[in-house]
Amino acid sequence: MKRFRRLFEKFIEGILLSSSTITSLTVILIVLFLFREGLGIFNRSPLEHNFIIAVSKQNPVQDLSSDQLKAIFNQDITNWSQVGGKNDSIILFTVNDITNYFTEEELGASLEYLPQKLNEFIVSHPGALMHISDKNLPSDFQGHTIHVKNISVKDFLFGKQWYPTSEPIPSFGIWPMIIGTFLVTLGALLIALPLGLATALFLAEVADIRLRNIVKPLVELLAGIPSVVYGFFGLIVIVPMVQSTFKLDVGETVLAGSLVLGIMALPTIVTIAEDALRTTPRSLKEASLALGATRWQTLRRVTIPYAKSGISAAIILGIGRAIGETMAVLMVTGNASNVPHSFLVPARTLPATIAAELGEAPYGGLHFKALFALGIVLFLFTIMINLTVAYVRNKERK
Amino acid sequence: MIQAEAKNVNFYYGDFHALKDISMTFEPSSVTALIGPSGCGKSTFLRLFNRMNELIGNTRLEGLVTVDGKNIYDKDVQVDEIRKRIGMVFQKPNPFPKSIFENVAYGLRVNGINKKSILDEVVESSLKKAALWEEVKDNLKKSAMALSGGQQQRLCIARALAVEPHLLLMDEPASALDPISTAKVEDLIFELKKQYTIIIVTHNLQQAGRISDYTGFFYLGSLIEHDKTQKMFLNPADERTQSYITGRFG
Ligand SMILES: Nc1ncnc2c1ncn2[C@@H]1O[C@H](COP(=O)(O)OP(=O)(O)OP(=O)(O)O)[C@@H](O)[C@H]1O
Ligand SMILES: [Mg+2]
Repeated sequence: MKRFRRLFEKFIEGILLSSSTITSLTVILIVLFLFREGLGIFNRSPLEHNFIIAVSKQNPVQDLSSDQLKAIFNQDITNWSQVGGKNDSIILFTVNDITNYFTEEELGASLEYLPQKLNEFIVSHPGALMHISDKNLPSDFQGHTIHVKNISVKDFLFGKQWYPTSEPIPSFGIWPMIIGTFLVTLGALLIALPLGLATALFLAEVADIRLRNIVKPLVELLAGIPSVVYGFFGLIVIVPMVQSTFKLDVGETVLAGSLVLGIMALPTIVTIAEDALRTTPRSLKEASLALGATRWQTLRRVTIPYAKSGISAAIILGIGRAIGETMAVLMVTGNASNVPHSFLVPARTLPATIAAELGEAPYGGLHFKALFALGIVLFLFTIMINLTVAYVRNKERK
Repeated sequence: MIQAEAKNVNFYYGDFHALKDISMTFEPSSVTALIGPSGCGKSTFLRLFNRMNELIGNTRLEGLVTVDGKNIYDKDVQVDEIRKRIGMVFQKPNPFPKSIFENVAYGLRVNGINKKSILDEVVESSLKKAALWEEVKDNLKKSAMALSGGQQQRLCIARALAVEPHLLLMDEPASALDPISTAKVEDLIFELKKQYTIIIVTHNLQQAGRISDYTGFFYLGSLIEHDKTQKMFLNPADERTQSYITGRFG
């Protein structure tokens, strides 16, 4: 009997151990996956897989930056001398243009002569810039490939352009989204903090217990509403309101996002701050009051300082909720990809971009990887927030 | 002359009748001990004198409570003004999580007194009165939480004395302390009574006998007997007092 019990305890222990192992492994795997996919965008050519930029052998230009390439394809740069080459105008060429130079018969029924014709083309057009797949190149290719500068972390973080699908060179600058996320979050906090903290103070210190027992669960209920509902509410109520109040052309703005997120962050802030305020021992408040301090003096000098770290945690977790929120923001901020310069213009945020674009990004492609890199940035933000919470909480315990 | 008085006081927690028609007077510079079995209403009675019971919702008071001849429950009375003149020391030491200095200075600061020289002076004299000065004078910036229980309680006494109260309310101030700290606090009370009127709740009858001039015996919300301590202990008038003092219940 005793033996059996010991065996049973071992068994339970084993289950607990394996459960926690599985959980930890899953978390680690997800993070690894995120980083593996996301980091794949860096230190590689911004051209899609297999594609190259090629020029004539006589062309002295060896490498080009993505910006230069974009300018060339947008015809802002039309002469090789502008990028350090000879004075010769640039002839843009992609594989579809081949029919402008050769007849279908010359190319062959199944394009079997295409590589050879490409060779002929590059020889006869020394000013050409070709954007082609290296599969189509002949083995004795008469041109040379241009080295395109790799996507750097700096360009990714601080680039102002996000055109993930533009041909031939996509742009992966997430600065507008970082600023968008920052502004929307900041706005949400400016709205939610005063309101949330005031509500927490009211519930913890002013409201009588019966009122509190009604209001607190209501506030907590707010946290359980799915974010699409908030988004819908924002779209129907807040967006038109913002639009008419500020007489804007569009109501989908940073401000609308901030308002919706602010409302969403309220329950977190109210609940945690109220709990923190309640941890202040009654004996300390009584000591203060007994010394002739007024209720507000007691609040300011005893209750709030005592609850300070809990209140900070409430604030930080409120930010956390706001930063990571996707749906609601996606619905009400308009998703323009410019760097927002005020609260009254459309913007997009990191999570909203991921949510909106992941479905249409081809698996394994550059765009797909870029979205994972966005995920990494977001992940680092939230990690930072959580570490701050842990730090603050830790200080509280001391 | 009378420093504080309760006249036909009834007190209710909701429907619960916690104090029943209590009348009691307190002379200046005297120590009155309130004794009685647990739950008989001693703390409730004590807390009437600085209106602490008001912090609890759904309570009701009938009768008159006066301090320095003034009804402290009058409509025109500012409760925080009243409390400034009435110090309170609680059963468990409850220093603020601040420095020793700031604990003692607290009552002055909430009064708008922030001048360093005044604060320094008051902190020192209060700590001296509370017999704590010698132990902490080099460490005034240290957190009060780092003091021992007995030191914390004397700090709380110093904190209460700093605002120069007329009346000092003490609710079992030594019950959480070891015998040595208790002796120190008792000596202190003995000293303080020269200047202050003290009402002290205690479960320790020897203590009541040692330090008090008057004793009131509470039982089930009523004041059974109130007399000179010596008389009460040697020759109580009521037989319930007799049995409590001789340890037959409580
Ligand atoms: N906040 C409250 N709400 C309801 N009833 C209370 C409250 N505080 C005290 N009471 C009741 O009032 C009665 C007197 O309480 P009180 O604390 O004054 O007793 P006490 O004599 O100080 O007891 P002890 O010696 O245990 O401290 C008790 O029956 C108690 O249950
Ligand atoms: Mg008591």
